[in-house]
Amino acid sequence: MIPQPQDFQAIWPLIFLTVWACVLLLVDLFIPKERKGVTALFSALGLALTLGFTLTQIGQGITAFQGMVVLDGFAVFVNALLLVTGLLGIALAYGYVKRMGLERGEYYTLLLFSVTGMMWMAQAADLIVVFLALELLSIPLYVLAAFARPRAESEEAGLKYFLLGAFATGFVVYGTALVYGATGSTNLVAIIERAAPGSENLLLLSIGAALILVGFGFKVAAVPFHMWTPDVYQGAPSAVTAFMSSGAKIAGFAALLRVFATAFPSISVDMTDILWVLAAATMILGNVIAIAQTNIKRLLAYSSIAQAGYILMAFVPYGNPDVAPNSIAAGLFYLVAYVITNFGAWGVVIALERSEGRGLELADYAGLARKHPLLAAAMAVFMLSLIGLPPTLGLVGKIYLFSAVIDGGFYGLAIIGVLTSVVSAYYYLRVVVIMYMRDGDPQTQREPFLDFTTIATAVATVVISLVPQFLFAWASTAVLKLF
Amino acid sequence: MNFFLQPLTLLTFFPLVGVLVMLFIPREQKDALRWTALITSLVTFGISLLVLSVFEPSNPDLQLVAQYNWITVANWDIQYYLGVDGLSILLVLLTGLLTPISILSTWTAVEERVKDFMIFFLLLEIGMMGVFLAQDLFLFYIFWEFTLVPMYFIIGIWGGPRRIYAAIKFFLYTMAGSILMLLAILWLGIAGGTFALPDLIGINIEPTTQMWLFLAFAAAFAIKVPMWPLHSWLPDAHVEAPTAGSVILAGVLLKLGTYGFLRFNIPLFPEASVQAAPWIALLATIGIIYGAAVSYAQADVKKLVAYSSVSHLGFVMLGLFALNSQGVQGAILQMINHGLSTGALFLLVGMIYEQTHTRELKLYGGLWKITPIFATMMLITALSSMGLPGLNGFVGEFTILLGAFGSEAINNSWYAGISALGIIMAAVYLLFMFQTMFLGPQGEVVDEAKSHGRGLRDLNWREIAIMVPLLILIFWIGLYPKPFFELMAPAVDQLVASVSSVAAR
Repeated sequence: MIPQPQDFQAIWPLIFLTVWACVLLLVDLFIPKERKGVTALFSALGLALTLGFTLTQIGQGITAFQGMVVLDGFAVFVNALLLVTGLLGIALAYGYVKRMGLERGEYYTLLLFSVTGMMWMAQAADLIVVFLALELLSIPLYVLAAFARPRAESEEAGLKYFLLGAFATGFVVYGTALVYGATGSTNLVAIIERAAPGSENLLLLSIGAALILVGFGFKVAAVPFHMWTPDVYQGAPSAVTAFMSSGAKIAGFAALLRVFATAFPSISVDMTDILWVLAAATMILGNVIAIAQTNIKRLLAYSSIAQAGYILMAFVPYGNPDVAPNSIAAGLFYLVAYVITNFGAWGVVIALERSEGRGLELADYAGLARKHPLLAAAMAVFMLSLIGLPPTLGLVGKIYLFSAVIDGGFYGLAIIGVLTSVVSAYYYLRVVVIMYMRDGDPQTQREPFLDFTTIATAVATVVISLVPQFLFAWASTAVLKLF
Repeated sequence: MNFFLQPLTLLTFFPLVGVLVMLFIPREQKDALRWTALITSLVTFGISLLVLSVFEPSNPDLQLVAQYNWITVANWDIQYYLGVDGLSILLVLLTGLLTPISILSTWTAVEERVKDFMIFFLLLEIGMMGVFLAQDLFLFYIFWEFTLVPMYFIIGIWGGPRRIYAAIKFFLYTMAGSILMLLAILWLGIAGGTFALPDLIGINIEPTTQMWLFLAFAAAFAIKVPMWPLHSWLPDAHVEAPTAGSVILAGVLLKLGTYGFLRFNIPLFPEASVQAAPWIALLATIGIIYGAAVSYAQADVKKLVAYSSVSHLGFVMLGLFALNSQGVQGAILQMINHGLSTGALFLLVGMIYEQTHTRELKLYGGLWKITPIFATMMLITALSSMGLPGLNGFVGEFTILLGAFGSEAINNSWYAGISALGIIMAAVYLLFMFQTMFLGPQGEVVDEAKSHGRGLRDLNWREIAIMVPLLILIFWIGLYPKPFFELMAPAVDQLVASVSSVAAR
């Protein structure tokens, strides 16, 4: 089977980005050590160009490479989001790595490779491609987590992430094998054809699907597969954490959404309950443990676990064809809200972080509102958005999610969701309390890219929440082709 | 442009103009900031009077409607939908009036971070106006939750010693209730295919579901009112909040709860409302007696006023769930009355606190001779709050009790009978407060002030100017309440008729 031109048409932005990253790796050798910022700018340029190319693909629908890869509205939506994630990741890292003495050209190329892997994940229509994409996105992240070597925390973070990540990948591979055993194919479309209700081997298929779910549960940090998250998020350099907590989650959820929505509706009876429990446990545990945190990085780590729980709610009604499109669109919308808010919050963390891990305790935020009103206001917006209060994107996203869950008839889950939101208000507000209501003299770093990213994400969080129509429309048309 | 020139849109979002202007005023220019905020809120009040002037009292339906599609995706139909009718017009005016008064009361009381304070205050006004005007459940919820945020900052930054505790408690309590309402709103939006309130009224919901939805909405509103036994956030929030915050909290924010029952619970779930009426009447009666009794026991004058709100709002709830015309009209009027009287009480307490820095009742005494104007105003306000005939409180409470006596929904005249005791108890604690503060031998605060070499002064012109509009309204409603009743009567009659027609089925 010789690849046809249209096969490449489906993935040419991806190819472009890969080639760009490879070339940049070579070019980087000739860039003097003290001017690695140039590499960052080139990486950003590559991402921006790819984003432009990706946006030209809106509205196309192509199945390529014998059904291994697809290009549809969903993939374009997720790819665009991933590229924005990459750009934000570079913007946050630009000054940070310089200041922390981590500035090496590989940082940016690794980030590009990771984004490439994530994009493959969004376009994968075959479990084998899912696996390849998973490896491609993860391995650069393991390295990035340990990038602050020889700092022990960073090395520990890298190793921990690597071991547990490898473990998770093992689950995905074994699950894929079982699914293949049950249906004789790894192609998502073929799986659904051969797994009609009543056919044999459904049990095997269910186990396989469950194992894949476990694997991705690690990636998106769902309870009970979340143990690594706080340590890795705390130990890794903050800019890496910001990128990883957004990008890896998007990719993980994108894969889950596609795999479960397209391939496994036939076993939704079994899986719905499991997903229900996963979502509920993730929301409860993430939010409750976050209350006890005094370190902002750990707090945001548990918060990201909790947020994963909310996104997981979107999966629960996936077997119900009336509700599933809406609920998956809601999941996508919430991902966008999460990414914007999350990056902004990490931007503030980075602005306050000093060398040797100082400036990361909540107490270091005291008095921020007086000294840097804009920065504090931005952080307050992000905290409100994570709680889900107006006028922020987080509220609109949460409402969209809850309405899908209620539409699916999962009232119990919705009630758990809203009550845990109240719990979350407690610890998010604590950050606001410390910034606005306690006196102190916080030290901050002002870097142009960082400031711009923080303010821009804060403005976006508010403004998009007031005019969310276009994003809603995009998210809901993006999922149409899936079904 | 057309969008912004709608009277109600203008009314809701005009404070935003002040906020934007203030963003460009340096923090050190405190007076410029204060004047900007004051003028903005006065213009907003002017717009609300303009709305009143074009409002047709005889029309029971929504007026001055502003309606646009906002989010229409998949199965959602969310509108930007504002409107005003007889149920809300008075509350809109109250909000418009109390905001400039509160801002004026902070002139010397707030010296720290004036810019932030004024910005939060105007944002709060946007939220409050929005809640009273929104006719789309989604839009309503956004405004409703939004009021939490500025109030949280106002208590938490400019409040008393335990302000942070009080602010978080206020926030979490209110949010816990309202988020359950969110689920009910979403359920209704899915079931009805729209979030527009007028279109949702009258959709058929089976009784059990209706009861659950009623309870979910009630959770949000009952905490806000607050109804006994969900009131425990209130004394903390009131005592710790700065004066202006207390005034708005008592004057307007508590009404968001009672208004919510009136606007949403009763018309959306008429059968459930009829079923729940006796229970709500029971809780309201307990609240009336409990609030009054606890008020009497307070050593802190601000806490005394705070607990009296629990008692007064009990009357409002009793009137609303009498579900007859008198009860509901009395309840709406009593919301206004409470806003005026309790608002005035908080203002007066704040004015003396600014001089003495203590609210311990036992430290006061014999102030009448030193501060006669202050004492007179306090007396009038206290008398109005305890329901003396000729002042506003009497009209409201009397109408409510009349409604509750004859109510078919409550169907038990004991509640009204016991509640009437609450009026006597109010006289007890308010007169006790007045006597301790103003009569008898001079208290420690007088000597304390003298020892600092300045002595206690009477009210100045600014403080008198703050009180005068409130006192005029207190007398006006007390002596000639007819125009106020006329504003709401058609809308109330229509609501009551629709409920009783459902109940008769």
